[in-house]
Amino acid sequence: MDEAMLDGNAVAGLLQDVFAVETTTTIATCAGCGAPSPMGATQVYRGAGFVLRCPRCEQAMVTLVPADGRLWIGFPGIRTLQVPVDDS
Amino acid sequence: MAGTAVLGRLTWRVADVVDVRAETPRARTLVLDVPGWAGHRAGQHVDLRLTAEDGYQAQRSYSIASAPDGTRIELTVVRVEDGEVSPYLTGEIGPGDRIELRGPVGGYFVWEPAHGGPLLLVGGGSGLAPLMAMVRLRAAVGSPAETRLLVSSRSEEDVLYRAELGRLAGGGLTVVHTLTASRPAGWSGYARRVDADMLAEVGPGPAARPHAFVCGPTPFVEAVAEALVALGHEPQRIRTERFGPTGG
Repeated sequence: MDEAMLDGNAVAGLLQDVFAVETTTTIATCAGCGAPSPMGATQVYRGAGFVLRCPRCEQAMVTLVPADGRLWIGFPGIRTLQVPVDDS
Repeated sequence: MAGTAVLGRLTWRVADVVDVRAETPRARTLVLDVPGWAGHRAGQHVDLRLTAEDGYQAQRSYSIASAPDGTRIELTVVRVEDGEVSPYLTGEIGPGDRIELRGPVGGYFVWEPAHGGPLLLVGGGSGLAPLMAMVRLRAAVGSPAETRLLVSSRSEEDVLYRAELGRLAGGGLTVVHTLTASRPAGWSGYARRVDADMLAEVGPGPAARPHAFVCGPTPFVEAVAEALVALGHEPQRIRTERFGPTGG
């Protein structure tokens, strides 16, 4: 148990600001174990930035580091993202 | 998923503080009017941003505790003694002040009346706030969804919304309290941390396939979610939201 752990809900505002979609219900498939998880259910660790980890295998899926007016986004462990789009 | 839509980027808005209510010795509810607010879903949160005179900014997320109500939202803030933000929000801020926020944020930890029941809501400390939005919405729309709300608080004086929960109980809503640190004389309710036995007694059991929502500090959420899975609840029907040490 890590006291500093949050979940994907904690970075929802940051991600929605960048991606312009609601991200907590976006399904991310882990590149490590292949488990699909809603981004809201990922484990989030906060330090200089954020690391979003797979709730099943703890693979680092996304890294977010704000610095100098930019957000540095890494995807070290996402195989696919299922993003809802307006197809009406 | 129903209710999921492309939203567009969030923008920071300026909200007016229209009222402040004391909830407990350590917690206050801020009633905010947000011009242009398009409404929210029960369980969503907002990001608040405070800017000091020297330009330093601090940002925190707070769950919306109120049911959708026009341009008004209510946030309950518990004071963290050495915190950076909560002492201001629970002490200095008052009607007439303004505050920056963006939202509503989130869609995962959300209940809609159309989702129906039964509901098993488990809140630890201020983790009760988003569950309160669900219970208030349920009452406002007259939803018949059978709902069990288990509230874990340190002591009786720390119980948020206690009087209102007493009024709302009944008609399919059962409210159960557990006090983990101290109990008043004659307390007949639970007097320990939430565990599998308690969850089994509060119900509904796995066979009823309830939608479970668990919110609180990370260790609380982990313990409750693990106990629910051990009891046989389906992991995908257990939604969690963790509060962490964000600096208060």
